[in-house]
Amino acid sequence: MKCTICETFCPFSRATPLFPGPKYVGPQAERYRVGGASPDISIDYCSGCGICTQVCPQGVKVAEINSRARARLWEEQGIPLRNQLIARPSVLGRLGTPVAPFANWTLRNRLLRRVGERVLGIHRDAPLPRFAGRTFQRWARKHVSPAAERTVVYFHACGTNYYEPAVGRMTVEVLEHNGYHVVVPPQDCCGLPLQSNGNFPAARAYVRRLAARLAPYAREGCAIVSNSTSCGLMLKREAREILDVDDEDVRAMSEATFDLCEFLLLLHERGELRTDFRPLAMTVPYHAPCQQQGHGIGKPALDLLALIPELNAIELDADCCGIAGTYGLKKEKYEISMAVGERLFHQVREADPDVAACDSETCRWQIEHGSRVHAVHPVELLHRAYGLGAA
Amino acid sequence: MPALETEVLVVGGGSTGAGVVRDAAMRGFSAILVERGDLAAGTTGRFHGLLHSGGRYAVTDPVAARECVAENAILRRTAADCIEDTGGLFVTTKWDDPAFGDEFAEGCRETGVPLEEIPVPQALRLESRLDPTISRAFTVPDASLDPWKLVWGCARSAKHYGAKILPYHRVLDLERQSDRIVGALVENELTGEKARIRAQVVVNAAGAWAGQIAELAGCKVTVLPGKGIMIAMNHRLVNTVVNRCKRPADGDIIVPIRTVSVIGTTDTRVSNPDELEVTQGEVDEMLDEGEKLVPGFREARALRVWAGARPLFSAEEVTDTREVSRTHTLLDHAERDGVEGFVTITGGKTTTFRLMAETAVDAVCAHLGVDRPCRTKEEPLPDSEERHFYWLGSRVRAREPMPRSEEIICECELITRNRLKAAIVRRQTTNLDDIRRTLRLGMGPCQGGFCIYRATGILHAFERLDQRAANASLLDFLEERWKGVHPILHGDQLRQARLDDWIFQGLLAVQHLPE
Repeated sequence: MKCTICETFCPFSRATPLFPGPKYVGPQAERYRVGGASPDISIDYCSGCGICTQVCPQGVKVAEINSRARARLWEEQGIPLRNQLIARPSVLGRLGTPVAPFANWTLRNRLLRRVGERVLGIHRDAPLPRFAGRTFQRWARKHVSPAAERTVVYFHACGTNYYEPAVGRMTVEVLEHNGYHVVVPPQDCCGLPLQSNGNFPAARAYVRRLAARLAPYAREGCAIVSNSTSCGLMLKREAREILDVDDEDVRAMSEATFDLCEFLLLLHERGELRTDFRPLAMTVPYHAPCQQQGHGIGKPALDLLALIPELNAIELDADCCGIAGTYGLKKEKYEISMAVGERLFHQVREADPDVAACDSETCRWQIEHGSRVHAVHPVELLHRAYGLGAA
Repeated sequence: MPALETEVLVVGGGSTGAGVVRDAAMRGFSAILVERGDLAAGTTGRFHGLLHSGGRYAVTDPVAARECVAENAILRRTAADCIEDTGGLFVTTKWDDPAFGDEFAEGCRETGVPLEEIPVPQALRLESRLDPTISRAFTVPDASLDPWKLVWGCARSAKHYGAKILPYHRVLDLERQSDRIVGALVENELTGEKARIRAQVVVNAAGAWAGQIAELAGCKVTVLPGKGIMIAMNHRLVNTVVNRCKRPADGDIIVPIRTVSVIGTTDTRVSNPDELEVTQGEVDEMLDEGEKLVPGFREARALRVWAGARPLFSAEEVTDTREVSRTHTLLDHAERDGVEGFVTITGGKTTTFRLMAETAVDAVCAHLGVDRPCRTKEEPLPDSEERHFYWLGSRVRAREPMPRSEEIICECELITRNRLKAAIVRRQTTNLDDIRRTLRLGMGPCQGGFCIYRATGILHAFERLDQRAANASLLDFLEERWKGVHPILHGDQLRQARLDDWIFQGLLAVQHLPE
């Protein structure tokens, strides 16, 4: 049924004339596509943020439908090299980590970034993260998680592994503090960036491999917890609903997966979360990422932050930061992405805080880039309030 | 009272009349067409949009089949812009007599319908929604034909050759001097102004209404209006015209036309072509038959139902209109009734409209004692010169290089503000239903829910239409749409209708608009 509500909520069609809106490129334009080459390509300007699906009063999975249509379009047209490259974070991570200082210098060099924009189409100003040099996996292999009655499996995803191992460490310590034995299985990319860049076959291969790794734990009754909201959503439902991968491993993995904040809040609801928080006298503007809203779990981070004495978390109502994973990195989309995020950046700057909080890694990088305010995962604040030591 | 003079006066602005006036003008006659409503608002604008290959009549009506074969080929050359080359399939479902396939193939061979039997898996690859239990499949050059484009194309071409087109002019009387018809008294339906048109020959091309016009000349012509209902589905459930391979019956064809697919049709004899009621039973029958070709048809979203009146001419009385030939008939009333200067062209189909026009204008030539050859077989309609068939993606493609550069007024049919304004100017009308026929305004899934209030506002501001007239135009459109919507309301379309109702009754309170 046509009500046009998704069109009025889409942050991207509002920011750019190049994206005519989720209903336009979806069910509406579909009526004009028959056989042969597609008459339109503007669907490529959809970021896949998923807000359209969230707001649809009829329960139409608009973003999912459009994601599939985009993949079909790229199947027709061929995926550009750039999109193949930035869609493989674990490959980039393995390449960049051993030469981290050099790689980071390269990525911060204005001249080389100009060349990168010209040759690869990655915008010279786009927020690219720094390689940490030592992966989270390397730390986890050496780390001995204390024995406990309950075991949880940690899916840290690529962002934590190659760029933010500290967030992974804090996640493990917060879970251990709450009486969990934390298992960190070897793991590769979930395939999400490939999916959003239209390479479904490769994305399916990645998510199947990951499911084969994680499913055995799920079958033993372990929860799988992830601090990456978008990759967590891939495990929870996108693998099945967008990629159509619906085997037993994926189903077992899906059903056992929790977002980190969701998991901690559920503990709290059962009275099992330790609340020995020290006061943190600070104001923290909080942005709930679009992909986290796709989990359909509300905003658990806000409830958790509310448990910290003296911490004043401000819920920001700007809907999207604009980055949408790899969307805002692209030369032709960077400006759009910054325009979408401007309202959020403004709200963050207005709050004038020490740090802002946001669950998703790429959104944090974008918020830092757009507002010049340091952005952290909520778990970092919990970690600090538990007094588990400096990050 | 104003008076006009012409050699040929054509009564009726459907495909036949438009074809006649164009043909006459091209042969150098001065010509005027009068139509009581808008062009192509009668039977022509109310059919499923099939350009017949002839396959449908190959067994039961070989004369009509042969005509279709020839005209199909001609229209593909001369009216390409009005045609989407969808191709057609005849499939034998488990409800059809499997032996009919051979009879059908034989009939096609005899009448010259280009036919190829293809393996069932190939047919299912072509049309994946077809019932997978079909046992045989044949391809034919069926296509879909946009009747409004066709008629407007003829009208534009006729005007180019000097003809006058007068929509909303009703014939009140035909003027007779002794044994000769010398013209007509007409009334402008919008202004109430009357006019006299003197003509040397009057061509009665009023289709299902031809009997009424003939009566004004004192001639008895029995046209049996055969009512056919059609239902437009929200999407293209098929992209090829799909026919059941059996003797023509009700609900045995689905035509993909523009963004929808249309299932048709029924054939019931009615007494008055202006009173075509759609019954629940007929709707159910269409949906049930659709289900046999495309499983799940019943669950698909039905947008609208309407009925048209076929003009079936029969020299003797018959009861079953299916049995009447689909071929056309020229009645020369001089020979038949002793009335000079008056011919009736009736029967036939939109697919054969050009041939009917040629036949009628040949008769006009005979009446006027001249011999001028017909050129409509060769000369293409305006916009069809390049011989490019219509492509469904064209409206989306046209928007691509300049996305959002201008507002879209009708989202379903992708009509921009400028395009709407241009149509208002070109058509010189403030009637939203006329604009609908020109642009397909309000014909998509929301059935005008979002575009009609916008279009009314534009009419009001742009045409300086006063408030009362703008309100009336809006209400007329809504009432007209509602007629076609309410008999098929169920499922998703019912929800849509509720939303539209909230918009118009709830937000806009259309029932309480100032008069």
